[in-house]
Amino acid sequence: MVALGSFLAGMLGSLTGLGGGVVIVPLLTLVFGVDIRYAIGASLVSVIATSSGAAAAYLREGYSNMRVGMFLEIATTVGAVSGAFLAGYLHTSVIAIVFGVVLLYSAYTTTQTATDSAAGMAPDRIATTLRLDANYPTAEGLKSYHVRNVPIGFGLMYVAGVLSGLLGIGSGAVKVLAMDQAMKIPFKVSTTTSNFMIGVTAAASAGIYLRRGYIDPGLAMPVMLGVLAGALVGARILPGAKVRTLRIVFGVVIAALAIEMIFQGVRGKL
Amino acid sequence: MMAAGGGVGEKVDDKNVELFLGKLLRWGVLLAALVVFFGGVWFVAESHDVPQNYRTFRGEPVELRAVPQIVDQAIALRPLGLIQFGLLLLIATPVARVLFSVLGFALERDWMYVVFTLLVLALLIYTLTSRSGV
Repeated sequence: MVALGSFLAGMLGSLTGLGGGVVIVPLLTLVFGVDIRYAIGASLVSVIATSSGAAAAYLREGYSNMRVGMFLEIATTVGAVSGAFLAGYLHTSVIAIVFGVVLLYSAYTTTQTATDSAAGMAPDRIATTLRLDANYPTAEGLKSYHVRNVPIGFGLMYVAGVLSGLLGIGSGAVKVLAMDQAMKIPFKVSTTTSNFMIGVTAAASAGIYLRRGYIDPGLAMPVMLGVLAGALVGARILPGAKVRTLRIVFGVVIAALAIEMIFQGVRGKL
Repeated sequence: MMAAGGGVGEKVDDKNVELFLGKLLRWGVLLAALVVFFGGVWFVAESHDVPQNYRTFRGEPVELRAVPQIVDQAIALRPLGLIQFGLLLLIATPVARVLFSVLGFALERDWMYVVFTLLVLALLIYTLTSRSGV
């Protein structure tokens, strides 16, 4: 049952580009009644699996920016460690409520369409010093872009890391927000670089969760295998799928889960 | 082409490193999944119909928490130890990616990024080896 649910989560995650992690925790806690700490541990593992598993496909396209990824990973890993530490002290109800709020935000982002705002920007001093500017392939050949607002992006990435460590999710939505909206990196580059970073961020918190005894092999096993299989099938059927409709359906499901999460958290049931 | 931040040769190197990393990650995930699957089948076959209880949080026993103990359990062919070892392999895939990125940046003689990447690597290793995880 858990494996089947995780399979569906992985498939939907890869079809909508949101990642399976966002639904694993609500699925395990609300539907299967699992303690939220075990759920987060299992979710982290599945996040790493999908990120590393999809990296090969993303890297082949040549969109991701290694320097931007590595530089921002300093912020996300430090954030992930803080988040994982925090998770040890916060009451599970508080974690559930924070999770619900982040979930609502993710639901909101599924309704937004991507817009590229990168064109025609002047070079930024910090970005130039850090050699972050690069180019990416488009229909009209290689196109160069300039990275903007590095400190804001770095700060947002820290937040993304904290959320990832606290909630066991990839925080893909916040990562894309930081790169796409704040740093004005082209959308394709943001999403692929974000996938790249999610695995490293999750590995930082997974280490702490493992050491703390939050990762249960009996539970993580069906979740990891289910999400991985689901993500593979999702990637196969993606070209022919009605992504637009799927995103809306998935957005509604996530919003409903979010409200339930907040509700149960307030009642102190999780 | 005003490709700020690097010449053409550097770009090619970046690309090769990335392609290699992509393959490495996929094989890592595959291997981890196989180990987890094998351990999982064994675990299910052995535990029959003992219902697992995840409603109440107890935390894992010491032998399933720390890297050396997990390796011991896996070598002793305990099903849960095998699953946990597979999960450890999975956690290691992004760590390996960071490790190879250090080498990649070093080959390009980009020392600033060698330092950045080493910083991330140190943090990852710290989380896996720190005493209690607090």
